[in-house]
Amino acid sequence: MFRPTRAWTLPLLLASLLAGCAQDGGTGVQSAKLAMIQGRGKLVCGVDGKLPGFSFVGPDGRYSGLDVDVCQAMAAAIFGDASKIEYRDLNSSERFAALASGEVDMLSRNTTMTLSRDAPGGNALSFAPTTFFDGQGIMVPAASGITTLKALAGKPICIESGTTTELNLADRMREIGAPYTPLKFQTGDQTYAAYLGGRCIAVTSDRSQLAGKRTSFPNPEAHTLLKDVMSKEPLTPATTNADPAWADAVRWTVNALIQAEELGITKANIASKVAEAKANKNQADLRRFLGVEGDFGKQLGLPADFVVKIISAVGNYGEIFDRNVGPASKLKLERGLNNLWTKGGLMYSPPFR
Amino acid sequence: MPAPQPLPGPSERPPWWRDRRVIPWLVQGVVALLVLSLIAFLLGNLVHNLTARGLLLSWRWLGEPAGFDISETVLPFDASMPYWRGLAAGLANTLRAVLSGLVGATLLGTLAGMASFSRNGLLRGLTRAYVETIRNIPLLLQLIFWYFVVFLSLPNGTAALQLPGIVLAKSGLYLAGLGQGLHWSLPQLINGVWQAPLRLSVEFAALLSGLIIYSGAFIAEVVRGGIASVPKGQWEAATSLGLGWFATLRHVVLPQALRVIVPGLNTQYISLAKNSSLAVAVGFTDLYSVAETTLNQTGRALEVYLVLLGVYLAMDLLISAVMNGLNRLVQIRER
Repeated sequence: MFRPTRAWTLPLLLASLLAGCAQDGGTGVQSAKLAMIQGRGKLVCGVDGKLPGFSFVGPDGRYSGLDVDVCQAMAAAIFGDASKIEYRDLNSSERFAALASGEVDMLSRNTTMTLSRDAPGGNALSFAPTTFFDGQGIMVPAASGITTLKALAGKPICIESGTTTELNLADRMREIGAPYTPLKFQTGDQTYAAYLGGRCIAVTSDRSQLAGKRTSFPNPEAHTLLKDVMSKEPLTPATTNADPAWADAVRWTVNALIQAEELGITKANIASKVAEAKANKNQADLRRFLGVEGDFGKQLGLPADFVVKIISAVGNYGEIFDRNVGPASKLKLERGLNNLWTKGGLMYSPPFR
Repeated sequence: MPAPQPLPGPSERPPWWRDRRVIPWLVQGVVALLVLSLIAFLLGNLVHNLTARGLLLSWRWLGEPAGFDISETVLPFDASMPYWRGLAAGLANTLRAVLSGLVGATLLGTLAGMASFSRNGLLRGLTRAYVETIRNIPLLLQLIFWYFVVFLSLPNGTAALQLPGIVLAKSGLYLAGLGQGLHWSLPQLINGVWQAPLRLSVEFAALLSGLIIYSGAFIAEVVRGGIASVPKGQWEAATSLGLGWFATLRHVVLPQALRVIVPGLNTQYISLAKNSSLAVAVGFTDLYSVAETTLNQTGRALEVYLVLLGVYLAMDLLISAVMNGLNRLVQIRER
């Protein structure tokens, strides 16, 4: 027998499902993103994953590097546990889409801060303070005898597509009137494979990245970096404009790393510094910074002692730098611009007040 | 057992909610309404969220200077030209790869398909091995193999591989052809750099090799299926007329097999066109590669993807239309 009620069941069910899909409301003062991360129990951090010194998977399967330490600092600030992270390897073309779609909570992926990436009409990112001041360089085989950009005229140069380096190179070569053949690849691995395969005479990228990649080459000494620095590349962690409260939490976590170095607080002496702050009521600066008094953590939606958690987990900025890219690492980069402002560099944290 | 109820007469219509002439229309109407409202909801949601982020469709960026370079182009392009010129140059590169790929894959596939019916056992075996190996390895992997393993290990300069009329070097493939003043000229080494009338970059060569060999294997199967569909009696009849193997194939079997082959080819051609977007893996700057750079520089994700979707759709529909026309030509006309 034909029963019309049956025919109605499915459409009605669908209709009731649809009615349940309400459009999301605006974000209030409290960060919806932060609440979601806390509910999930881990931070999803977008990294490069293939760049020694910044984010690299070691032989033991663990991620390490300067960018990775920034992720860990953030996880420590939220959970008090730097291991509550899921890393997502992103290539330079995927990164902004992954961030915008919410697939990752933040980018700590050697990303250059630029106007068009920051502006709401462009990529609409929200940048934290810069964690590495870099510049674009060019690497050539030492045996090629090339020492200037001009000597690269008419030669093929390998680039990773979708990076600021692609545009900088075009601008610079146009400026000096040297036509060249750009060979673009989607991932860093392909780019360096083509360079090592001898398809191009030079490869261009941020100088730190070139130095980092060179350490994993079969014969690192056979490659040299040209003296030319083609651009400013402030490598900066980023979130989106969609949740300013979450962006603030990331911003002040990075600031805390720099401020801690300025105050001489290290992973080794953090416990004694906390004890010192608790004992001495006159050290108001230190007490506020370490969350012994005041409510800075709460204002950001983080635990009161988030700074203590960060420094206990990863140390201050100087320690992170030395460990990953500085003298203690294979990259052996100078502090240079990345030194504290008090020592002639650009690392400067606004006051914790 | 109760007596059966009298059936309602033709004049007595049941109420509308039990009327078999009404119910199906009603249900379909409701489902259509639901689908439409779902689409409207999704579109509304998209517009709402895009407006909130100030990302509503805008095409002004197309006219702004691109600022990036493209290494090899059919259409001339430089960094000071607008984005749309860049996308057009990318499209021209894609079309170049697709068209040469279609021709090459068709030739290779037809030959391999015919060879699988050869009386020569070695040739048959080789063809089977080719088809089975190539069909079962992902194209991306094959492209990367061609580029990084084969072409990038070619020597350069004087050490380059020299065949009659062709020089294979890391800097490119150099072919003999009509050079200046329409004289036939061979590749020459001038000051350590090869010069020839025709030069293919190794990126293009790797892409083309990958596409032709991969699609060729599928086309070989389509051709083999077509030939196998021709009844055995046709072969025997042709043989009894004294035609040889090749003549039988050429004049008797292939014309009849085409009816089966052409629709199958259509699918393979379309997938070849779509597969050309894997060029980005081997550093060949096709439409997809230019679009990706454009997307990264402008942040107009939606617009760039709409352009990409539109172009690939149009290209495939065009191929389909041409193949459908061809299909009508080869069908038997029934009178």
